[in-house]
Amino acid sequence: MAAAPWSHRLRTVGGRSAHALLLAVFIVFTALPFGWMLITAFKAETDLYNPHNNPFWFNEPPTLKSWQYVFEKTPFLRWFLNTMVVGVAVVVITLALAVPAAYALARFLGRWGEQLGIGIFLVYLVPPTLLFIPMSLVISQLGLQNTLWSLIVVYPTITVPFSTWLLMGFFKSIPPELEEQARIDGYSRLAAFRKVMLPLALPGIVTVVIFSFTLSAQEFVYAVTFLTSTSVKTVSVGVPADMVRGDIFDWGPLMGSAFLASFPIAVLYYFALDRFIQGFTAAGALR
Amino acid sequence: MAVAQPRAAVEGALPRGTLWLERASLLGSVMLAPALIYIVAFVAFPFGFALYLSMTDATVGNPYGSWVGLRNFVEIVQSPTFLRTLKNTFVFTVVSQLLILILAKVLALALYRDFRGKGLVTFLILLPWAAPISLTTIGWLWIFHARFSIIDWALRQLGLLGPNENMFWLGRPSLAMAAVIAVHVWRLLPFATVLLLAGLTAIPRDVLDQAEVDGAGFWRKLFQIQLPLLLPILSVAVLFGTIFTFTDMTVVYVLTRGGPFDMTQVLASLAFFKGIHGGNLSVGAAISLFLFPLLLIAAVVILRLARRAEVT
Repeated sequence: MAAAPWSHRLRTVGGRSAHALLLAVFIVFTALPFGWMLITAFKAETDLYNPHNNPFWFNEPPTLKSWQYVFEKTPFLRWFLNTMVVGVAVVVITLALAVPAAYALARFLGRWGEQLGIGIFLVYLVPPTLLFIPMSLVISQLGLQNTLWSLIVVYPTITVPFSTWLLMGFFKSIPPELEEQARIDGYSRLAAFRKVMLPLALPGIVTVVIFSFTLSAQEFVYAVTFLTSTSVKTVSVGVPADMVRGDIFDWGPLMGSAFLASFPIAVLYYFALDRFIQGFTAAGALR
Repeated sequence: MAVAQPRAAVEGALPRGTLWLERASLLGSVMLAPALIYIVAFVAFPFGFALYLSMTDATVGNPYGSWVGLRNFVEIVQSPTFLRTLKNTFVFTVVSQLLILILAKVLALALYRDFRGKGLVTFLILLPWAAPISLTTIGWLWIFHARFSIIDWALRQLGLLGPNENMFWLGRPSLAMAAVIAVHVWRLLPFATVLLLAGLTAIPRDVLDQAEVDGAGFWRKLFQIQLPLLLPILSVAVLFGTIFTFTDMTVVYVLTRGGPFDMTQVLASLAFFKGIHGGNLSVGAAISLFLFPLLLIAAVVILRLARRAEVT
């Protein structure tokens, strides 16, 4: 009888280390490129290009040379600024279109709104790779090719459908009695929406802001299609298109800029992820 | 609609000109209109335009071209490059989805438990999905480097590769295909895992407890309770994963540019190289349209899932 707790403890310890080992293997897989980017960016060139050196350790002292190169010799900061401009503009347009649309679908259009909501969500499935060729003609007809405006005009095609869907679910989860009470108190429909619903929907709106911004920062297909000049690129297209040039790869600065651009976006995205996933589970009959 | 009386009272108190704003259907249409008009102008119209372009001989120099009917499609399906591309697209999608499903299921079960440092672990596992794929693929480009690949280095340390040997991951067709699949799996594994985890968490705890009381072991619980209950969310994960992989061009564009010899070319990247790099708009648009049937199937499946949810 005395052996029972022992064997039990042994089993949980064994189970726990197997569990930890399993997770460790997965983390090595998922985080490897990021770790390798970071180490590469701090390595001296002679260390990096010696195939006999252990690539995972500093055989020569770490150096900031690659970072210096990124900030002084490449348009990285310019690309970063472009990304911010496009991101903020896309967020503003997305909110202006998706918030009223979602509220209308959730409250005013009844069963019809439900159907239309799913229809709008399906637009999210249309990938840039299906539309980029006609879109490039539309953009050049509008005279926007090779400007940041081209991205600002087109990215909402991806952000608006998903944001509308997400916010529609959000508005529906708020009891309609709240607005009814506000209207009894003398508010108009619009005022009830602005003063009662918007504050309550704030978490959903924050998710939409993060989602729209990160998506603008991540997008590649439209950016590589519309933009040809180095000075108007965003980070996610500037680094792969203009820094990976020919056969001369500057791996140190390249990895530095790839890490510097991708890691903060990943952190930002992480905060919106739970609600983002709820958007998908709602589409999958889990509500 | 039960608030008819208060509404009448409210309307009396409002300025005359704004009365129409109190009619739900009218106000609803006005609020919905901007988004709807935008989607029609920038999604529906370009899609129709793509259909038109695919049946012309439009090029960058002559962007509207003249009508050629289905000639582009006939020529495309006869080209060996296209057939190779179509096959690659299916192979990449099916193989990566299978691997993702198995790995995501294992990972979701591991993350379902409570343990110390769960937040950090989840963050590290989510990184591939959260970061821009065009930038992280450059990291993989460096990992698969012809001479300085860290995988080669590890293989050399294990004695599986001679002192000065290299695998040339992106230079050999079968290895390059494996590399593309690996990056797709890496990228979408977190997405599928988080969806499955959400599904697992939604299974009521007492159902599992009751099963345990009734003497069900790990495998029985897995196959007879968890997997059947996870089926709807599993289908959503597969559906979106399939679309994301099938329509992606970024991984191939950054990693292999479709090479060696179009052996890793996929529909989306071929459309880009022909239509945008090559300036052959009509052929590019026609190749892109081969993505559409899958999207249509996906749309039908989602609508059916949504209808079933409404009925139950």
